[in-house]
Amino acid sequence: MEVFIVNLIAATFRVSTPIVLAAIGETYSERAGILNLGIEGIMYFGAFVGFLIADKSGSLWVGLLFAILAGVLFGLLMGFFTVTLGVNQHVSGLGITLLLSGLTLFMFRLFYGGRSTPPSIPSFQVIKVLPDNPILGPILSQYWLTYVTFLVIVPLAWWILYRTNFGLKIRSVGENPEAVDAAGVSVPAIRYAALGIGGGLMAAGGAFLSLFQLGAFTHGIISGRGWVAIAIVIFGNWQPIRVMLGGLIFGGTFALQLRLQAMGLQLPVPYETFLALPYIVTIIALVIAGRNASYPAALLKPYRRE
Amino acid sequence: MFIVEMQSITKRFGDLLANDHVNFELRKGEIHALLGENGAGKTTLMRVLYGLYHPDSGVIKVKDRPVVIHSPKDAIQLGIGMVTQHFALVPPLTVAENVVLGYQNSFVLNQAQIEESVAEAARRFGVEINPKAIVRHLSVGQRQRVEILKALYRNAEILILDEPTAVLIPQEVEALFETLNHLKQEGLSVVFISHKLHEVTQITDRITVLRDGRVVGTVNTTEVTQKEVAAMMVGRETFGVSRIDTDTSDPKPVLEIIDLCANDDKNLPVLKNISFAVSEGEILGIAGVGGNGQKELAETICGVRRPTAGKVLVEGQDVTGKSPSDLTRAGLGRIPEDRHEGMVIHLTVTENLVLEHLDEFTRNGMLDHKAIRQYADDLIQKFQIKAKPNDITRTLSGGNMQKVLLARVLARNPKVIIAPQPTRGLDIGATDYVRQQLLEQRQRGAAILLISEDLDEILALSDRIAVMYEGEIVGTLPASEATPERLGLLMSGAVKEH
Amino acid sequence: MEAKRFPYQLVKSNTPPLWMRPLIPVLILLTTFLITAGLILTAQANPFRAYYFFLISPLSSQVSFLEVLVKSTPLMLTGVAVTFAFATGYYNIGAEGQLYAGAIAAAWLGIVLGGVPAAIAIPLMIIGGFLAGMAWALIPALLKVRLAVDEVVTTLLMNSIMAYIVSAILNGPWRDPTSGWPQSPEIAENTMFFKLIPRSRLHFGFIVGIVAIAVLWFILTQTSFGLKMRAVGLGKPAAQFAGINVGRTTLLAALISGGIAGIAGVSEVAGIQYHLIGDLSANYGYTGVIIATLGGLNAIGVFVASLFFGLIDTGAQTVSRAMGVPVYLGQVTQAVMLLVALGMYLLQRYRIVRRA
Repeated sequence: MEVFIVNLIAATFRVSTPIVLAAIGETYSERAGILNLGIEGIMYFGAFVGFLIADKSGSLWVGLLFAILAGVLFGLLMGFFTVTLGVNQHVSGLGITLLLSGLTLFMFRLFYGGRSTPPSIPSFQVIKVLPDNPILGPILSQYWLTYVTFLVIVPLAWWILYRTNFGLKIRSVGENPEAVDAAGVSVPAIRYAALGIGGGLMAAGGAFLSLFQLGAFTHGIISGRGWVAIAIVIFGNWQPIRVMLGGLIFGGTFALQLRLQAMGLQLPVPYETFLALPYIVTIIALVIAGRNASYPAALLKPYRRE
Repeated sequence: MFIVEMQSITKRFGDLLANDHVNFELRKGEIHALLGENGAGKTTLMRVLYGLYHPDSGVIKVKDRPVVIHSPKDAIQLGIGMVTQHFALVPPLTVAENVVLGYQNSFVLNQAQIEESVAEAARRFGVEINPKAIVRHLSVGQRQRVEILKALYRNAEILILDEPTAVLIPQEVEALFETLNHLKQEGLSVVFISHKLHEVTQITDRITVLRDGRVVGTVNTTEVTQKEVAAMMVGRETFGVSRIDTDTSDPKPVLEIIDLCANDDKNLPVLKNISFAVSEGEILGIAGVGGNGQKELAETICGVRRPTAGKVLVEGQDVTGKSPSDLTRAGLGRIPEDRHEGMVIHLTVTENLVLEHLDEFTRNGMLDHKAIRQYADDLIQKFQIKAKPNDITRTLSGGNMQKVLLARVLARNPKVIIAPQPTRGLDIGATDYVRQQLLEQRQRGAAILLISEDLDEILALSDRIAVMYEGEIVGTLPASEATPERLGLLMSGAVKEH
Repeated sequence: MEAKRFPYQLVKSNTPPLWMRPLIPVLILLTTFLITAGLILTAQANPFRAYYFFLISPLSSQVSFLEVLVKSTPLMLTGVAVTFAFATGYYNIGAEGQLYAGAIAAAWLGIVLGGVPAAIAIPLMIIGGFLAGMAWALIPALLKVRLAVDEVVTTLLMNSIMAYIVSAILNGPWRDPTSGWPQSPEIAENTMFFKLIPRSRLHFGFIVGIVAIAVLWFILTQTSFGLKMRAVGLGKPAAQFAGINVGRTTLLAALISGGIAGIAGVSEVAGIQYHLIGDLSANYGYTGVIIATLGGLNAIGVFVASLFFGLIDTGAQTVSRAMGVPVYLGQVTQAVMLLVALGMYLLQRYRIVRRA
């Protein structure tokens, strides 16, 4: 039982990492007033670009860097549609997701052909901390990006949003862009910046799956994790720390499902029940949290000076 | 010495000439009124000065130097600050955060330090405010102070106030005037946009009057009478329509509101035991400063907000909590407060005209297009709506939109008419038209509930006047006894009269 | 303060110049193909030759032309489904999951209705698929109407859940005993949609799609429910004020939307695959969103857009076979076209003028 729990906790952090990265990225975007439904596509593309570049260059680091750059780029493209052109955020976000999933599959076929087994590369290895401790050893054996996510990216997001002037501007454009404009700050600049940072984090979340966890790229590598991240942002009430907790709840359910599968138990229900469980939990969490959710007041509203 | 000179400013919006070669000069250390009716071009001119609009032609000089102001950022750098009617504040942030927003260039935001420096500025300029307070929790008057402080914190030497008293109660107005006089002593120059004569003559040094986008003239406040300025403003001696007293010796109550309570969007009580009755052929005016529950009162009676207690009766029939369509059927004519939210502006004029009565134009679920068209043609003609039946409503002027709404409601000869802010944002012609229509309905025998923040409108049209303050009716007066002073006391919550 | 500024600016104008209107679709097409030409070049193919295979070649033979109609069939249905929801301001992104709900119903009915005459069995399957799609759409719709839970997120999550349900069914109770593949047993012959043209793949589902388009047109323009839908979609508070029951209208539109998406699933099972399979839908539910948007949320537009997207899907296969350009070119082209169109529709509300 103890081993089970220790492994579950260890897996929870691992499985949550990509979701938390993406959800923090989405938090930046939505705090600035833009719902980025491109998240699923950006994660997918990030996973692929990271893998492709790492494979071709032989460096996982270069792969990760390019994945993040690609994410920033498509975050900015989302900005072009929703900020500069002021188009419906739902439709343009979905358009970007469809574009990037098509583009990913196109390039995958181009570079790797129609092979049946997914190509793989040697991935980043876990960092072993206190390997001899029976409890902390497994829990602390994590990828470096997991450490960075939970110890740097999440606290940093909180610090930036609440303790910097840049964060003050992000929070303000998401609430009342008129006020920001009247204060002489460029609303588009802040929104583009938030979308760019957000896109980079989403892509890093995708790349975590291909460069760390799997060392491979498969067609179903993201399978709805982006949508989960969006739900978690609402659940977390747009606050980085709570968003992280939401990510851990999802990750916990997902890890439990993985552990149960790994134990090879004969269960009375199909294993897909456990695969679907995190999504069901997310919907329930959304229903509970959604009732008191305080949406950024300017979310979904394009800003135009009259 | 002029601190600001605007020379021959022209600004056009489509066909509308909002500013037509306007000249405006502001002296250092004066309070200068920009006076004019709604739509005269006052706000446009100041938005040009603040960089929110770009003039089509004309020259702006600040401290004798020609400048081009592309954006508020440029304006702020030139020492210009503006406080608009819709406060540019971010409600969930603190006062201090709002004040420094966009002004601090350091990366790190040190909460303690900004609170201290905002508090210091507040002391220096004599503006009383707690820098740690969340703006959402502040009263309107306090929010306005935050806005002024925001401009002063940015070292503004020129302060533009756009209708600053529109949202204030008389006592808050006094406090504002004190602050302004204090700032004037410090050498600040103030532009005071208003259409209220008595305030302008009380506080300003000079007055520039605008009419239809042109300057009528600039005068020294001490050298003119209110009457002379009024004449400059409207270009005619008398204006508007007003009520003729009629004898209603045996009034029959048609609309009765009994102990009505309701909550606001945050589930806090916003209407507290409201009771009143409106009789046949009577206009009951509800006066009050905006935000005291008037909007929610109209919404509750109109069936779009659920009452938590109390009753609404139409001719004795209980219609409390009924759906909007049931209310319409019961003879309640409901004019929405916000034209853009009261009509589906992306639908056609015809579609909006029939939207409330779709059942009458439906046969077996199908729309009777012929009957609908006939109905729309009739109403467009009868109410002099300047639009074609298939025009998208969004393309209409404000006045014509309001006519569409009036047509939709009045064509039914409703027994009761709820008219919240019926002339807000309309030009003079349209305002007169709407008021005339309401008086005709009164003549016809309708019971009319007029809710307005415009005291002149209330005084001109109402038979009786009730005043709302913090969700309560604090007094009801017959029109003959209602003076602006008495109403002012009631509106500020200083007294209650029952 | 004097700074050099870009000498041209966009100025808002309510009415686009008349001469521009017919040009817009042309501009959208040109821009889209200019962008996708880049992709074709990376695949080391000649864009002009590729476009011949992409857009012209499918129309040049009867067989491939019919294939265009086959491919446009599910798109018409999901396009109509999404339009019902979007026109009412309900962002149903769940057509993909609702399609599979309908497909599961069809695969089941296709077996249990084995002995029933086709004239009864096929309508029953369509009704069954409609109800199944509706049922799957019910949860997010109720959450939206009753608890104001954002439907975009829930419908997306429901798609993921449905994917696992399908997988569970196919790997569990319905795994085809004869082949061992993760596919349901073949449906009975009398429940298969009949062919409209012998020896082609064009089936009865195409007629169903046309009927769905006609129903969409009829409801939106001729009925009071359609006017209520549009009023709710274009201005909720105003619709509520005018006495329209916003919740009920939204719920009904969401259910119709889910139902029609369910029929798309029936059509694919009964008309093409005869089994329930895991990749029954090539993103038809999501493509429906593009089609509804490009079609301007009206029936004629949706019809034209589905036919055109059917052409793109067919053409992508032709290009893939003839020149080795990955077949996903089709999906990319469709997404690019959506994004380009979004940009263009907005542009037509502006004029470019020289600064004074």
